[in-house]
Amino acid sequence: MASLREMRMRIKSVRNIAQVTRALETVSASKVRKATQAVQATRPYAEKAWQVLLHLVNQPGGHRLHPLLFERQTIQKSLVLMISSDRGLAGSYNVNIVRYCLLQSAALTNPVYVTVGRKGRDMLLRRGKNILAEFSNLPSPPSFMDVSAIGRLVVEDFLEGIVDEVYLAYTDFRNMMLQVPVFQKLLPLEVIVSPEDAQGYNAVPEASHAVFFYEPDQITVLNQTVPRFTALQIYKAILSSQASEHAARMVAMRNATDNAQELITHLQLEYNKARQQAITSDMLDIVGGAEALAAVMGL
Amino acid sequence: MPIRCEIISQDRIVFQGDADIVVLPGEDGVMGILPHHSPVLTVLKYGIITIRSKGVEENYTVAGGIAEVLPDQVTVLADAAENVAEIDLQRAQEARRRAEEMLKSGAAQKDPDEYLAIQAALRRSNLRVDAARRYRKDTRTR
Repeated sequence: MASLREMRMRIKSVRNIAQVTRALETVSASKVRKATQAVQATRPYAEKAWQVLLHLVNQPGGHRLHPLLFERQTIQKSLVLMISSDRGLAGSYNVNIVRYCLLQSAALTNPVYVTVGRKGRDMLLRRGKNILAEFSNLPSPPSFMDVSAIGRLVVEDFLEGIVDEVYLAYTDFRNMMLQVPVFQKLLPLEVIVSPEDAQGYNAVPEASHAVFFYEPDQITVLNQTVPRFTALQIYKAILSSQASEHAARMVAMRNATDNAQELITHLQLEYNKARQQAITSDMLDIVGGAEALAAVMGL
Repeated sequence: MPIRCEIISQDRIVFQGDADIVVLPGEDGVMGILPHHSPVLTVLKYGIITIRSKGVEENYTVAGGIAEVLPDQVTVLADAAENVAEIDLQRAQEARRRAEEMLKSGAAQKDPDEYLAIQAALRRSNLRVDAARRYRKDTRTR
């Protein structure tokens, strides 16, 4: 059995760990709030942009108007944009998204990856995947400007024909306890009128029926809207993933704090027992000594 | 009858309210939108949106975007937008100086992406400085 001193040290170190994990939990909680607020803030723009897109595309021949809108006949290469985190200590967050992403992209032809976040990049590299580009050290929460470079890269690769379709893998933040990995098609943009009860981006059931003038012309307007909408989707996905990351970390840290508390109780009990035992044996020694002395004196 | 006007950027609603006239910096020239305008979808360039409501005028800078005009509604989807009254002139001037220096120093020339980014930053700060100078009483005398 460990000595009393060792046990005391152990209790102290566990207590320190609990303090750190509790601090991390608090920090993550506030970051979750910030990220979810940012997700909410993108909604008005996204809805309106979707309305405009829907309207433009539903014109006769609308699908032919912009190269980002129509499907290619043969798909030789696919791009997967995977969003993970830069830092660990977030429970199974990174593992979940990487595993789900690989599972889904197994069906694609020649997938190449663009990663956001160091953890995801490292995991894909370890599995020998082909990584086209990687982004890391994004601020939390990022501004739209930080993300637009990612959008531009993806759109350019698609337009130049380097890849024929683009998928987006991210973690959807449902609530504090539930984050779901999502794998969705990003390009070509599928503009369809969604059913009434749909949620999210395409939740605008019908576009306006007005006949528009276009200034300068339809194609210029589409050129402005489509790449921006793509970037916005990526932006939203990153915000949602960050919210999920922080929520996952918060839960992981709470568990760690709870475990540390439990460990402390256990160790404290052991320590007290050991201390009592030591006192008892000391007492026995003294009593034994006194008796021996009395026996000698009595002689 | 006023027109409902909304200026929305990717991360927030910049303005929301009623207006008597909205002046937009369209790609093909400035256009004033009055109520009952025919529906138009237009690309915006860097410039200033003026919203007049009951004799009160408010100006917003907009760094490109698109605008949807309906008979009773104007919606601006802006890449970046800001009320001129909120512009921190000193900061904008500093940003402009920094961007100019970076362009001059030539460090950015190697990387075309970087070059474009700095150029865009310069255009934005130019716009803000000009707007603040032109539309704000407190800076006009300087």
